[in-house]
Amino acid sequence: MNTHILWVIAGMGLVTYIPRWAPLYLLSRRLLPAWFVEWLDFIPAAILSALILPAILIVGDPRRFNPFTPEFFVSVPTLLVAVKTRSLAGTTLTGMALFWFIQRFL
Amino acid sequence: MGNSAIRNGTAAAWPICLGYVAIGLAFGVIARKAGLLPFEVGFMSVVVYAGSSQFIAAAMLENGAGFLPVVLTTFVVNLRHLLMSSSLSVHLRDLSGGQAALFAYGITDESFALNSAMFRQGNWNWQAALVVNQISNLTWVISTIAGSMLGTLVPDGAFGLDYALEAMFICLMVFQVRNSLHVIVAVISGILAVVVALVIPGNYYIIVASFLAATIGLIIRRTGSKGHLEEKS
Repeated sequence: MNTHILWVIAGMGLVTYIPRWAPLYLLSRRLLPAWFVEWLDFIPAAILSALILPAILIVGDPRRFNPFTPEFFVSVPTLLVAVKTRSLAGTTLTGMALFWFIQRFL
Repeated sequence: MGNSAIRNGTAAAWPICLGYVAIGLAFGVIARKAGLLPFEVGFMSVVVYAGSSQFIAAAMLENGAGFLPVVLTTFVVNLRHLLMSSSLSVHLRDLSGGQAALFAYGITDESFALNSAMFRQGNWNWQAALVVNQISNLTWVISTIAGSMLGTLVPDGAFGLDYALEAMFICLMVFQVRNSLHVIVAVISGILAVVVALVIPGNYYIIVASFLAATIGLIIRRTGSKGHLEEKS
C-alpha cells in the first residue's frame, strides 16, 4: 500500500473541491449586483468557446496552431447541424459519425 | 428526489457519459502504466473527479513527483471551476449548505455546459442537474477503474467517441449564444483562448479568455449600444 499516493490524491481532491464549492456556497444565497449577473451571463458562451477552439485548432506538444485538423473540419458541419436542428442528440451523433468517417477514410 | 428529475437528468446526461467512457478508459490504461493500482485509480476518480488534472497527476506521479508539486498543479488546472460554480449559482438559488456542498462536487466542464444550457431553456431544476452530475460521475469512476483493470475495451477512434464531447460542446455553445453580444463574446473568447494557449503553457487559457471576454461583453453592454444589440434575444 502506497500511502504517499493516497495522501497526494486526498490533497488533489481538497484543492479541486474548494473552487467548485466556494462560489456556489457564497453566491447562491446572496443578492448579486446587476452588473455581476450580466457578467456571469456571458460566462457559459465564453467558456464553451474557450474550450472548443483551442481543442480543434491547436495540436502537438509544444503547441502549434493548425487550422487543418480533422477536429476542425468536422466542427464546421457539426456547428451547422447544431444551428439548424438545435438538437443535442442529433448534433452529438452527427459529429461523432463525421469524425469517425474522416478518421477512417481520409 | 422525484422520479421526473431522475428521468430528465438521465435522459440528458448521455452525451457526457459517451465521452467519459472513452476518456475514462484511456485514463485507466495510462494510470495503470504509470503505476497506479485499480483501487488508487478509483480513489482518485472519486475524490478528485477532474479528467485533465488526473492525467497530469498520473504522469507526475510516474516521475516520482512529491505532494506539493502535484497538489499545486492540480489546484491551478482546476481553478477554472471557480467561474463555472459562480455562473451556476445564478440558477441554484437558495440551496442549503448541504445541497450546495453536494452539488459542487459534480461540477465539471461538461456537466456545467450541459446544466447551464438546460437551466437556460427552462424546465430544469437542481435535482435534475444533480442527477446529470452524479450519473456523469458514476460513469467516470466505473470507466477509469475498468480501464485500469481491463485495458482499452474500446479500440482507438471507435465510433467517433473521441469527438462526442466536442460535438456536445459545439451544440451547447449554440444554445448559449442567444443574442449578437453573446456571439461577439464567444468569438473574442475563442480567439483569446487560442492565442493564450499558444503563449502560456498549461490550461490558464480557459479562465483567462473567458474572464476577459465576459468583461469585454459587459463593457460593450454597459456603454451605450444597449437595446440595439439585444434585439435578437
